[in-house]
Amino acid sequence: MCTTCGCGEGEARVAGQPLTSGHTHTHADGTTHSHAPADGRYHHHAHEHGHDHHHAPDHTPDGALHYGHGAAGNSVPGIGQARLVAIEEDVLARNDAIAAANRAQLAASRTLTLNLMSSPGAGKTTLLVETIRRLGQTPVAVIEGDQETTADADRIRATGAPAIQVNTGKGCHLDAAMVGHALAHQPPPADGVLLIENVGNLVCPAAFDLGETHRVVIASVTEGEDKPLKYPGIFATADLMLVAKTDLLPHLDFDVAQLIANARKVRPGIAVIRLSARSGEGFDDWLGWIDAARRMARLAG
Amino acid sequence: MHEMSLAQSIVELVEERARAEGAQRVTRVGLAVGALGHVEPEALTFCLASAVRDTLLEGCAFDIVRPGGRAYCFDCRHEVEIAARGDACPGCGGHALHVAGGEDLKVTHMEIV
Repeated sequence: MCTTCGCGEGEARVAGQPLTSGHTHTHADGTTHSHAPADGRYHHHAHEHGHDHHHAPDHTPDGALHYGHGAAGNSVPGIGQARLVAIEEDVLARNDAIAAANRAQLAASRTLTLNLMSSPGAGKTTLLVETIRRLGQTPVAVIEGDQETTADADRIRATGAPAIQVNTGKGCHLDAAMVGHALAHQPPPADGVLLIENVGNLVCPAAFDLGETHRVVIASVTEGEDKPLKYPGIFATADLMLVAKTDLLPHLDFDVAQLIANARKVRPGIAVIRLSARSGEGFDDWLGWIDAARRMARLAG
Repeated sequence: MHEMSLAQSIVELVEERARAEGAQRVTRVGLAVGALGHVEPEALTFCLASAVRDTLLEGCAFDIVRPGGRAYCFDCRHEVEIAARGDACPGCGGHALHVAGGEDLKVTHMEIV
């Protein structure tokens, strides 16, 4: 490493690549350094610092955007003792560990847990209310995720099923710790079904394992057929797609086959059920899927 | 923006490891952000700029590598490279693909003083 400016000079490598993108720069004392190029990486400073490297992104010959150069200014004390420490830790490892604890707790109570994800307004809560009504004697509980208000939990409680509202504030998704806290306040329904309504958002919830048994994505026919291609992360991690509000199809130019084809481009073989909470279409299949999932979960232990 | 909570997780993770190493400061952090993962590098670096304030990471550089997307094609029966989810197999044009790499979100290394 260049001990004056802190730029990597190629002795530290990750996956066979040097740590910095290639560049040449000149220090205040007139010395000029060239550093080995690497491809496919961003190099970015989280601050402004006291020397005159420019911070606008460069287009390097390899096509990478290069936002800044060097780790440290001349004034960094002890730069000569800088040490490189390998970490190789998954950023989501902590969430995943809590999710695993949730999953163990839910398995111990033989609870099928579904993480329901969709954009706002796809009809998740209406779908849940109708599903709870039709599940009849099956023990059901709900965890409701929203940024604000308890409106959705209130709607669920009106069915007689217990519901706990998790308000994420500015947060855009539920995480495993929120679900863990919710489970501490509202025990999972033994031998039943726990429905987790994630925050209405087709982007952020995808990255966060909650400890669910399955992920269910809901796409309503008032949205575009290209939703799975625009938001592939959510669809790629789902086990089932519910196509909601099908009672509206006669009034719309919506191509259900195209939506399904797009979903199967990002998630080959994903199960699909066309559903309407208003007409009841598809509920036999949906309840059948839930029953099969409960049996599968019991067999899996 | 879920990148903010991820940025905070990164800072906590690195700061904990840096303290365990007896570091006074972290000067550089290496991240791997896969092309098929759930994170935009631009949004992540924007959030990191806030998340590092008043921590051992304040002023550090972030080197972000972007492992490419890889998938196994069930029709071609071998692994192929794809740029994004939903892309067709470059060999046969089909979509019978199972993602096999490029979903990483990892802290790979840090440089400490």
